[in-house]
Amino acid sequence: MSDHLLINSEHLKELENEAIFVMREIAAQFERPVLLFSGGKDSILLAHLAKKAFWPGKIPFSFLHIDTGHNFQETLEYRDNLAKELGVQMLVRLVQDSIDQGKAVEEKGINASRNKLQTVTLLDAIEELKCDAAIGGGRRDEEKARAKERFFSHRDDFGQWDPKNQRPELWNIFNGRKHMGEHFRVFPISNWTELDVWQYIMQEEIELPSLYYTHKRKAFNRDGTLLAYAPFMELKPTEEVIEMDVRCRTIGDITCTGLTESKADTLEDIVAEIAASRVTERGGRYDDKRSEAAMEDRKKEGYF
Amino acid sequence: MSTINNDHPKLGLLRFTTAGSVDDGKSTLIGRMLYDSKSIFEDQMEALEESSKRRGNEDVDLALLTDGLRAEREQGITIDVAYRYFATPKRKFIIADTPGHIQYTRNMVTGASTANLAVILVDARHGVLEQTLRHTYIASLLSMKHIVFCVNKMDLVDYNEESFTKIKGDLEALATKLNVEDTYILPISARDGDNVVEKSENMPWYKGETFLHILENVEIYNDADFDNPRFPVQYVVRPQVDEYHDYRGYAGRIAGGTFKPGDKVTVLPSLLTSTVKSVDLYDQPAKDPRPGDSVCITLEDDIDISRGDMLVAADNQPKTARDIELMVCWFNERPLQVRGKYVLRHTSNEARCVIGSVESKVNISTLEDDATDKEVKMNDIARIKLKTNKPIFFDPYKKNTTTGSLILIDEATNETVAAGMIIDQA
Repeated sequence: MSDHLLINSEHLKELENEAIFVMREIAAQFERPVLLFSGGKDSILLAHLAKKAFWPGKIPFSFLHIDTGHNFQETLEYRDNLAKELGVQMLVRLVQDSIDQGKAVEEKGINASRNKLQTVTLLDAIEELKCDAAIGGGRRDEEKARAKERFFSHRDDFGQWDPKNQRPELWNIFNGRKHMGEHFRVFPISNWTELDVWQYIMQEEIELPSLYYTHKRKAFNRDGTLLAYAPFMELKPTEEVIEMDVRCRTIGDITCTGLTESKADTLEDIVAEIAASRVTERGGRYDDKRSEAAMEDRKKEGYF
Repeated sequence: MSTINNDHPKLGLLRFTTAGSVDDGKSTLIGRMLYDSKSIFEDQMEALEESSKRRGNEDVDLALLTDGLRAEREQGITIDVAYRYFATPKRKFIIADTPGHIQYTRNMVTGASTANLAVILVDARHGVLEQTLRHTYIASLLSMKHIVFCVNKMDLVDYNEESFTKIKGDLEALATKLNVEDTYILPISARDGDNVVEKSENMPWYKGETFLHILENVEIYNDADFDNPRFPVQYVVRPQVDEYHDYRGYAGRIAGGTFKPGDKVTVLPSLLTSTVKSVDLYDQPAKDPRPGDSVCITLEDDIDISRGDMLVAADNQPKTARDIELMVCWFNERPLQVRGKYVLRHTSNEARCVIGSVESKVNISTLEDDATDKEVKMNDIARIKLKTNKPIFFDPYKKNTTTGSLILIDEATNETVAAGMIIDQA
């Protein structure tokens, strides 16, 4: 058996203790938090941790899905079932509405994606719903700019992040005080790595959308990233759509979710595959490849 | 197939902080460790090669791995605490990488506040410098129980044993003076990997363990306070459903000792007493609850308890006071205002306070108290007295880092302006 299939339950317990503590701090310190739900495994994990944090009470906040309109159908079905099971309100706000209202402009060209446009819809939703905290599944191991993110990340009244002027975070005392119009992004699973997430999902037997397991799908290779094909996508002449055995390593908007060729159909297979992998999961995210500081720039503007 | 590794159940996660200045090779050490333990992924390595090349470096600059923000990469310095993750088959690690420059004392304090162990780099050519004192002092101020001193750049002193032995003596004296419980001192070359992951062939005279071996094996399980049962109430769970009609659960994280059904507890500040009925997490009783565990506690009696209250053992109570003496590290550009009012956060409790006096400032370059200069500016460390508008329940920081720590918040800007470590009631 591979070393990485061995779960050191002690460290997962520590990460769980910390994440549950943060969930409870959110409920105690904010009036109108929302949990940003994308249908990806990290937001599914957040939902599971929130369920544990407040049991036998219900999760004391709503979920918010910023829908790009370019989703995998499985994600939407999973989302609606989960909301029903947990008894939470699932708020959905559409990127298409922001485009129709002229607040966001659809990107043009071959790499067009609605991923960045989500920021506009998200900030509008936060204002409309008067949210004072948006709970996200961001992890510090994902990307360089995220490595300096706080658990409680302050955003000014334009929703912007100022990485050079962050509040110091000491011990486990979180300062969520703010002025009118400002809000916080809170990241309960900051300290989890991709492997931790998968090992925990395996330990807790959390149900995931089928997309994470191997399936046949039409896909094509763009500059070394395997992308799912959807009819609205424009292809370069050299790109060829082939049906193959794939699974998603992360799930976001369909235009930028990288696929992995894989036959993994159990959580054990996936954990083994991730442990052996030599590429980070964001290596498959096309939106991060745009420049060295792509994530930092998007985060400053108010991205997830 | 068993998937639970119980071989090292007590090793758990190791959180450590690294301190050193720009030229100490701290980022290189971390980069080297990630590289040699195969924790760098292919795409990270490619990005690294590319940006090293763009900067005109021939070798891959491992320091670029940890410098996350654009301004840092441009200036070649680390500005803020960056968190890094890696794992070996034996253990998981979280590194709080903090810049070592003098104006970043606050970052070191921040990184150290959540760490189990401190790694301090010393340049083999220069030995113990002012900044070594500073870093060691901060680690001891934050009650870190384990310090690893890496005497780096041994290649630049021809791997000379005497150079190392002299520095080792100085470091041992320093650690004794500052009451550090557990110290390790080893000669390394981060650039070439000597004694980082692999034993150095250049220093056969060194018989100790490698850097990674020390990190993998250091025992931190017993560092927590197992003696004093403390449970700050974080959130009250009251399900509004018929099935749990009268249920009142107190959610929180155990700050000290343990709690189990049948234990007699006192509630602070009301001093009401009750008996623990259950200690659960989700739909299961918590197994051997210990400090750090997030749980939900129910009591036999229906008493009024809310966030900010604390459950403690009936026969072992913390101190309750409004006048407190503490050490602070100041974090803000606006200096500390004597007679100024601040918001004080302590466990799940919040109070207002007024700073009564600055007793002395610590000169962290000489480790001496200075009772004459009382202006506490950003990055200064001082002993102060303050008064709160309501009693808080605490233990000295040396006894319990959770019930002994606090932060001060500026009421106007809401910024966190200070970290405080309680000495005692004033």
